[in-house]
Amino acid sequence: MNIAQQIEASEGLDMDADTDQYLTFMLDGEEYGVDILRVQEIKGWDSVTPIPNTPQYIKGVINLRGTIVPIFDLREKFNLEQIPYGATTVVIVLKVKNEKGSRTMGIVVDAVSEVYNIKTEDLKASPDFGSAISTDFVEGLATINEKMIIVLDIDFLLNSSVEGDLELG
Amino acid sequence: MGIDISQFLETFYEESFEGLDIMETALLEMDTGEVDDEAINTIFRAAHSIKGGSGTFGLNSVSDFTHVLETLLDEMRDGKRAVTKEAVELMLITVDVLREMLIALRESADVDTDRVAKIHSELEIMLKGEAAVVEATTELTPSESSASAAGWVVNFRPHVHMFKTGNDPVRMIKELSDLGEMSVHCNVDGLPALDDLDPEECYLSWRIEIKGDNVAQDAIKEVFDWVEDDCDLDISSQHAVAELSAAVAVEATPVDEPVVTSAEPASVPNTPLESPIPQTPSAPKAPVTAKKAAGTESGSIRVSIDKVDALINMVGELVITQSMLNQLGEDFSMDKLQRLQEGLAELEQHTRELQENVMRIRMLPISFAFNRFPRLVHDLSQKLDKKIEIKLSGENTELDKTVMEKIGDPLVHLVRNSLDHGIESPEVRKANGKPETGTLELNAYHQGGNIVIEIADDGAGLNTARVREKAVEKGLINENDQMSDEKINELIFHPGFSTAEQVSDVSGRGVGMDVVRRNIKDLGGGIELKSEFGVGTKITIRLPLTLAILDGQLMRIGNETFVIPLVSITESLQVKAEYVKSIAGDAELYKLRDEYVPVVRLHDVFGMEPDTKELIGGLLVVVEGDGHSAGLFVDELMGQQQVVIKSLESNFKPVDGISGATILGDGTVALIIDIPGLVQLARKKSHRAKPRGTIAA
Repeated sequence: MNIAQQIEASEGLDMDADTDQYLTFMLDGEEYGVDILRVQEIKGWDSVTPIPNTPQYIKGVINLRGTIVPIFDLREKFNLEQIPYGATTVVIVLKVKNEKGSRTMGIVVDAVSEVYNIKTEDLKASPDFGSAISTDFVEGLATINEKMIIVLDIDFLLNSSVEGDLELG
Repeated sequence: MGIDISQFLETFYEESFEGLDIMETALLEMDTGEVDDEAINTIFRAAHSIKGGSGTFGLNSVSDFTHVLETLLDEMRDGKRAVTKEAVELMLITVDVLREMLIALRESADVDTDRVAKIHSELEIMLKGEAAVVEATTELTPSESSASAAGWVVNFRPHVHMFKTGNDPVRMIKELSDLGEMSVHCNVDGLPALDDLDPEECYLSWRIEIKGDNVAQDAIKEVFDWVEDDCDLDISSQHAVAELSAAVAVEATPVDEPVVTSAEPASVPNTPLESPIPQTPSAPKAPVTAKKAAGTESGSIRVSIDKVDALINMVGELVITQSMLNQLGEDFSMDKLQRLQEGLAELEQHTRELQENVMRIRMLPISFAFNRFPRLVHDLSQKLDKKIEIKLSGENTELDKTVMEKIGDPLVHLVRNSLDHGIESPEVRKANGKPETGTLELNAYHQGGNIVIEIADDGAGLNTARVREKAVEKGLINENDQMSDEKINELIFHPGFSTAEQVSDVSGRGVGMDVVRRNIKDLGGGIELKSEFGVGTKITIRLPLTLAILDGQLMRIGNETFVIPLVSITESLQVKAEYVKSIAGDAELYKLRDEYVPVVRLHDVFGMEPDTKELIGGLLVVVEGDGHSAGLFVDELMGQQQVVIKSLESNFKPVDGISGATILGDGTVALIIDIPGLVQLARKKSHRAKPRGTIAA
């Protein structure tokens, strides 16, 4: 089922006040979700202009109808094994909020997957792995059709990716 | 009232500041002592508009204050008072105080009431001091003038177009009610049938009886000052018309006039005002002027109507071209290829024109920045006891609003410097065989894509020997250094340098010229100084016309294209082996005539894979940033073009050595190199690289 049909189908449902819609995508076999209201557009992978002296996972910037938008590779950010970009590789352009307002940024993922309605109460906090694995950017875990969905806190994830590495390079 | 007048408040402030500027300019023109009727009238009109406007918005402190000034001006206009230097000075101060008051009111800050009161009383002293006190009254100094015990009868018949002039009878009646107890009779005879009624016209007239025993006729007249030409007004004292008014009353009774007491003047029928009439606070008499407020930080700009018209024309043509292309695209076949190409060429041309014209909207004449100088020179020359004449030229030269805002302070600094250190005192000038009055010239003109601003004085000029001495003293140069005069003179731009014998409160603290130069550099411009001892100094500032567009040199490293600002490039050359030197086998230098410039391998600094790492035979772009030269080693130089600067920070963060990004013709992004930042970055990198280098060696 493609996204458009999925959205259509979900519009028919009675939306609960505390139900949010999430767009999910695949990354190294796992399914991650982001708040669909933050998604500005989904576009195919195209070449980027690299920015010197930035971490490897910052692929570069693209021209999105006249604005300069930075692109992050989530596989590299999460230290996953790298694969060549293929036919399903997409860039999800997101609106990221910070204290100064908002930024537009893109993330490179393996493929887009589904749109789900997830009730707030079904969102479980992620278990604490101790200091070994940082899970600050995980907003919660949800289970849909026996599958685990990792819902990301994109504000934290992307803002820290930008700000935290000022000294690198 | 159905209209919220607060929305016009901002317009009022803007117009008032314009008025104050006009007053200031006219006052400075009067400075010579000649009485110029036109100048006095100009000032009077401006003061009058401010008074009326502030009254409308209930800013009584401003209107009271202006009133005294106006009275003074009125006497001058009528020739009852001589225009003395003191009076002009006082009025200039008054203008300052008014400006402060208005600024304070606009920002809801506290008005410096002490200062206001002081100037207010000074004005009044001046008013009373000399003879010929006009029988004018203020609310503060109720005069004994033609008051009448019995009160007044005012017959007020506005012309039908009253509302269109932005005036409202209700407001006037309200204002009258402040003068004393009164009764208002409204005459509705002129009112047409509802079908014929135009809500934007005024059909009513009023007969107002004011019963106050010390109301001056002038005070009543003043209320109607704005509308003198837009109404029939007849003011007569009560006892004179007592019989007549009785007769009118008798006649009028059958008509069943609505009688409105002063307690509720707002209930005067004002149906016409329900329609949205642009009720601007501007007086019909307000001078129409091309000069605009100098407000340096205002968020809005005024655009002349022909610029807007030009834009509309262009958009029209763009739409025509677009629809032509649309039609062509609907059933396209290869035989129409020629027409398609023509259409596209047209589209390109229109787009470019449109872009140029949109840019022009941001362009303002430099007179905005220049206009403040006559006053500055006037004030400073008095303070410094010097005679200085200022000459402005090229005031209509246009430049970008942002550039204008940022160049204001550096210009002020340079002008102050010229006045304080440059131009000598009259005695010294005389002794040196110069005219007593010094001249300061400000000039602006366009040259290429730049605006050039010149500040020239015929003062003492820089004492190169003294500059040198001072530089040695401060350890900036060595005593034995061989330097050209120009190079030495340029040292005054060095931080912490000042040759003023004495620090005055005008300038001389030595924190000036370097800041000036940095500000100008930040704008992508440059500053030059030419000075001849005893003859004068000329400072030339070169600035880009706009900050949004940059003349760039495109170059390539590996697969990536970068843009170098053209202004930073001194020259480009092919590297010859014999000129390449190195220090400790690490830092590379290139011998450029009699100088050595460090070689910056851009691919190293940016961590990229270049075509070649072999310096010899490669391309070196010599750039200058922040006073440091460097040779950038690049793979290939491409074309030069104007690029539109896009922010990298809005969605990302500042990047060292990169000032922004731009979008090239093929839609890809190219980064713009920040030369001063890059030179710094390269130094940092080589510092870090050095220890490793020595270990390896």
